Amino acid sequence: MTLLTTGLGAHIRSASIRGKVQGGEHSARSVLFLIALWLCLFVAFGVLLTLIITTLIDGSSRLDSRLVTEYPASAPERAGFRPAILGSIWVIGVTAVLTIPLGVAAAVHLEEFADRTKWFNRVIELNVQNLAAVPSIVYGLLALGFLALLGVQNKNIVIGGALALGLLVLPVIIISTREALRAVPLEIRQGSLALGATPLQTVWRQTLPASIPGIATGAILGLSRALGEAAPLLILGALVFVSFDPNGLLSGYTTMPIQIFNWTSRPQAEFHELASAGSILLLLILLAMNGLAIFIRNRYQQRW
Amino acid sequence: MTTNTRAASYTTGSNHTPTIQFPAEHAHRSNGLPDVPNAIIECTNVNVYYNDFRAVTGVDLAFGSKEITALIGPSGCGKSTLLRSLNRMNDLIDGARVEGTVTFQGEDIYHKEVDAIEVRRRIGMVFQKPNPFPKSIYDNIAYGPRVIGMKASNMDDLVEEALTRAALWTEVKDKLKQSAFGLSGGQQQRLCIARTIAVKPDVILMDEPCSSLDPIATSRIEDLMYELREDYTIIIVTHNMQQAARVADRTAFFTALASEESGDRTGLLVEFDRTKKIFESPADQRTEDYISGRFG
Repeated sequence: MTLLTTGLGAHIRSASIRGKVQGGEHSARSVLFLIALWLCLFVAFGVLLTLIITTLIDGSSRLDSRLVTEYPASAPERAGFRPAILGSIWVIGVTAVLTIPLGVAAAVHLEEFADRTKWFNRVIELNVQNLAAVPSIVYGLLALGFLALLGVQNKNIVIGGALALGLLVLPVIIISTREALRAVPLEIRQGSLALGATPLQTVWRQTLPASIPGIATGAILGLSRALGEAAPLLILGALVFVSFDPNGLLSGYTTMPIQIFNWTSRPQAEFHELASAGSILLLLILLAMNGLAIFIRNRYQQRW
Repeated sequence: MTTNTRAASYTTGSNHTPTIQFPAEHAHRSNGLPDVPNAIIECTNVNVYYNDFRAVTGVDLAFGSKEITALIGPSGCGKSTLLRSLNRMNDLIDGARVEGTVTFQGEDIYHKEVDAIEVRRRIGMVFQKPNPFPKSIYDNIAYGPRVIGMKASNMDDLVEEALTRAALWTEVKDKLKQSAFGLSGGQQQRLCIARTIAVKPDVILMDEPCSSLDPIATSRIEDLMYELREDYTIIIVTHNMQQAARVADRTAFFTALASEESGDRTGLLVEFDRTKKIFESPADQRTEDYISGRFG
């Protein structure tokens, strides 16, 4: 009260705080801006929705068990995605086995051990960030060159595809692992080291376990991107007629996006329906993978 | 006996503002250490740098075995920096560098043949903010003994012993498998103390261990420190002068001085003596001003 009566009081207006503020939430400009934002959202969402609905309509007639049990055939009514699904599982599985340990190890080195003042570490960091933005077909070309260098004649093999997709996924895994490691507070590392743990024990028993949810989320999102990729595998010659189940690292294969691509380029409408049905299946798998990533993040993420 | 004659030489007459003249010869002082019988850690002319910045200048200090030594002083006086240099936690900070000698049981801890890991096993640390690991209460305690490969015949007994010594056992004995994050701040800090004593160090460094705790939790930690003093050497940094007066056998008062040429501030030891002497009849005017609340 004394403050109000001495000096400060003179600046306090007695008018009511009700009413509209100029440029406030309900001004014409604000409302216009809000409408523009909604319009952008509507366009983006509308396009996506149209795409999904038309695919659903086209493919609904072929959404049955034959889709996953039958092999590709010249007659569309007898054809299915079985080898393509198995091929996708093989390629993505091998990609995961190749890239997750490598990516996590690279991230741990960069984040926990590398001396950031050294120029080559900074170069590596810059490169990893840039690699995440490289068009996927470039990785296909790289893998092609690598296999040719090794003298591999038939490049349509599971390990070749996994190599190309691995290059694609690796930067994603490295970046998300680094972010997960960075989210672990310094106090945890200090607490561990103050007990006489070595830096390696600290990483292995504290930092890395605490960042597993973040790593898992990043890895799943990276792999789901790879699952939808066709371009690098096309370069490697995966656009072939496969009527057998892939059964090893050196087995021939085709994947779902490639089988879809294959069938959409056929003239018969039935093949287009089959491709739409395959797209729905692929969408469902991707949705499930993304859902799993979100679930892991929400369920296991450590809040510090 | 423990009267600190060196402290007087830091005083520059009646001028006792925090920015008094920087004693130029001080950085090179290497005269006798304070007279602390049975010292376990001794600092001789310790300077700590962060790159070019000198955070602590010319500290000569000795820490008595099985005593509590408090480091007090205003913010920026380098007391936490000095504390972290005693178990080489400063090694973890880029650009941090220690000059001078820090000895533990007579051995230079910065000698090139000394492994910082071993130093930290012998000189444990409790931090300002409770930092339990994201594990169960049991695993928080068992972590230290496991990583240092302690031959514990029975880990359960070891965990119980550490928690009992940290006055936490009765509160947590029924929820050992639950996350340590479910404990209150004061309990978490006692858990961190229990975790530290589980590896049986000789010295426990405490960096403002009560600054994030309420008065009741603080008083429990203080009681605990007093009990631990029987077996451990404790060095505590505190902002709370009453806390130093209550728990410490000896107290070192630091201040921050600004150099006249560059204006850079650096931490300096002003006075070190028995706590009673520091709080009742300090030799240095600046100590008296600080403890009577006139600055800082």
